Amino acid sequence: MAKKKFVVGCFDDEAVLFPAVKKVRTAGYKIHDVYTPFAVHGLDHAMGLRETSLHTAGFIYGITGTATALSSISWIFTKDWPLNIGGKPHFALPAWIPIMFELTVLFAAVGMVLTFCYLCQLAPFVKKHHFHARATDDLFVMVIECTDKTNTDDLQAFLQSNGALETKVEVAEDGWWLGRYDKDEMPFEEKQIVAA
Amino acid sequence: MHLKYESQLREPLVYGDKTYKQVTEDIVRPIEAKPTKLWYVGFYIAVALLMFGVYSVYREVTYGIGQWNLNKTVGWGWDITNFVWWVGIGHAGTLISAILLLFRQGWRTGVNRAAEAMTIFAVMCAGQFPIFHMGRVWMAFFVLPYPNSRGPLWVNFNSPLLWDVFAISTYFTVSLLFWYSGLIPDFATVRDRAFTKLRKRLYGVASFGWTGSTKHWQRHESLSLVLAGLSTPLVLSVHTIVSFDFATSVIPGWHTTIFPPYFVAGAIFSGFAMVQTLMIIVRKVFAMEDYVTIGHIEAMNKVIVLTGSIVGIAYLTELFMGWYSQNKYEGYTFWYSRAYLFSPYGWSYWGMMACNVLSPQIFWFRKMRRNIFVTFFMSIIVNIGMWFERFVIIVTSLYRDYLPSSWSVYYSPTIWEIGFYAGTFGLFFTCFFLFAKYFPVIAIAEIKYVLKTTGEGYKNQMANIEEQKLEEFVHEHAHH
Repeated sequence: MAKKKFVVGCFDDEAVLFPAVKKVRTAGYKIHDVYTPFAVHGLDHAMGLRETSLHTAGFIYGITGTATALSSISWIFTKDWPLNIGGKPHFALPAWIPIMFELTVLFAAVGMVLTFCYLCQLAPFVKKHHFHARATDDLFVMVIECTDKTNTDDLQAFLQSNGALETKVEVAEDGWWLGRYDKDEMPFEEKQIVAA
Repeated sequence: MHLKYESQLREPLVYGDKTYKQVTEDIVRPIEAKPTKLWYVGFYIAVALLMFGVYSVYREVTYGIGQWNLNKTVGWGWDITNFVWWVGIGHAGTLISAILLLFRQGWRTGVNRAAEAMTIFAVMCAGQFPIFHMGRVWMAFFVLPYPNSRGPLWVNFNSPLLWDVFAISTYFTVSLLFWYSGLIPDFATVRDRAFTKLRKRLYGVASFGWTGSTKHWQRHESLSLVLAGLSTPLVLSVHTIVSFDFATSVIPGWHTTIFPPYFVAGAIFSGFAMVQTLMIIVRKVFAMEDYVTIGHIEAMNKVIVLTGSIVGIAYLTELFMGWYSQNKYEGYTFWYSRAYLFSPYGWSYWGMMACNVLSPQIFWFRKMRRNIFVTFFMSIIVNIGMWFERFVIIVTSLYRDYLPSSWSVYYSPTIWEIGFYAGTFGLFFTCFFLFAKYFPVIAIAEIKYVLKTTGEGYKNQMANIEEQKLEEFVHEHAHH
């Protein structure tokens, strides 16, 4: 995978982050991503990301489940092996509603989670580059992709003037690979932890 | 900045003037610290119980169902009672994480992770009973509909027992996915601050390579919301279907149309009681009183008094219908086998009434709702009561059927039936102890999300906003 050059700016408050995102975009820089410790509502809109279609996928998986249940049960009970249950109709739709419902939910949930993992490229043993170890703790890390023309010093100064606490330039791969995390740096020292 | 305005009248969900970093440290501490002696003692007791359960099940599998005291009349006894009891307990987790998410109840963030874990472990325990009740457990896969060499002989899709197979397995799968998808970002938090190689490696695998990208969070939010929307009817359907196991039969005492709502209310009732039992211990042992506050406990007690009263109304309705229907079998079941104190099982009915209907009424008083000791004591009483409820429904309806010559002698369990039940406690607590040690017991990312609107330190600033004029507020906050 190709390595790219990035400028990284770290913020400690979403209130500072939002105007900074806006200014960086107006200035014409391309924001690669913003890594946050929790879901910051509205940040996707501020960054100009489009809405996710994951829920549409969920709906399609759901009706697939309904259709699977209805078609298999009706084939089994009317064609393949029509059982006489107290002379009741073979096509007993009301009695099938529970299973149709359960399969709808099952297909939608399993399908959506798998789609989510696929779209976000998440899986066990997957490793990605981390621009800052505290991005999952308490920092909001804005990563800007550099072009040939980007002056990294100017950009860092610009980020600092917009409230970034810490800035740096990093050359990194932006995809994922199979790897382990135990070779990573461990910025957090072992502290004397009082047993709870 | 305030992302959302919250009234000062509501008490904070997170006490102490915390920063994001402190939230991480407080919640991750039990994972990074060595377990205490108390943890080992509790864990070994749980494992010992589990071993007893394994041996009891071994007896049952080797020598057959005759190891239990079930007979031709009382064909369902402790096993199905325990099954329904555990499934009921398994309802609070998804209720808290799904229904309360849709209802925008902020307090769910403090307890949802542990409650979902509890749900998953409870459903695992519940599943053991119908599986081993089959007797020839090595043929348990016969319940699955697949083209087979026996005809193909299909399962009966019109039977509530098969609906149950689908409902419970779907519920387990969806709860597990919901729980784990919420855990991924928190595992990443643990991974990134780990200071041992082993921890970094294991949590690295468990966190699926999560980075915290905005696009991923956006999808994660969408996923959580849709899973919540799916789980809401699912959680109601599961106990509804369990109640169909009874309600679609023609046994007096089971053949009632109020069973679905009555069972669902009872399930939420017992589930919340179990959450209280566990959370009161967890918040104390792990010093998480700032996150699982008295306010959380009070909110759950309100749910307990509501659902307990719904269950109470259901009991009274059943008694009334037992008389009003003028069906002599119904009348005999409700007014003799159950409500008459001196009938063989009358003690269990009145035990149920005392535990489920009368004692929770104490929670009408705010002082009692906010009292830890009363809550802990009541949470155990409620779960005893809910066990009695299932026992009453199953055994008092079965032990005397339509034909007096086949009335059974007094049913009491053998040591291996009790051992099986004790074993599921062992399984449940073994899992819960491991969870409490190795998993973030509170959803870290979700607490951070609500911190600036409902944290104590930030909440105090809301007073300034309350004095502001609307135009000023909009002017100050509407920049994006």
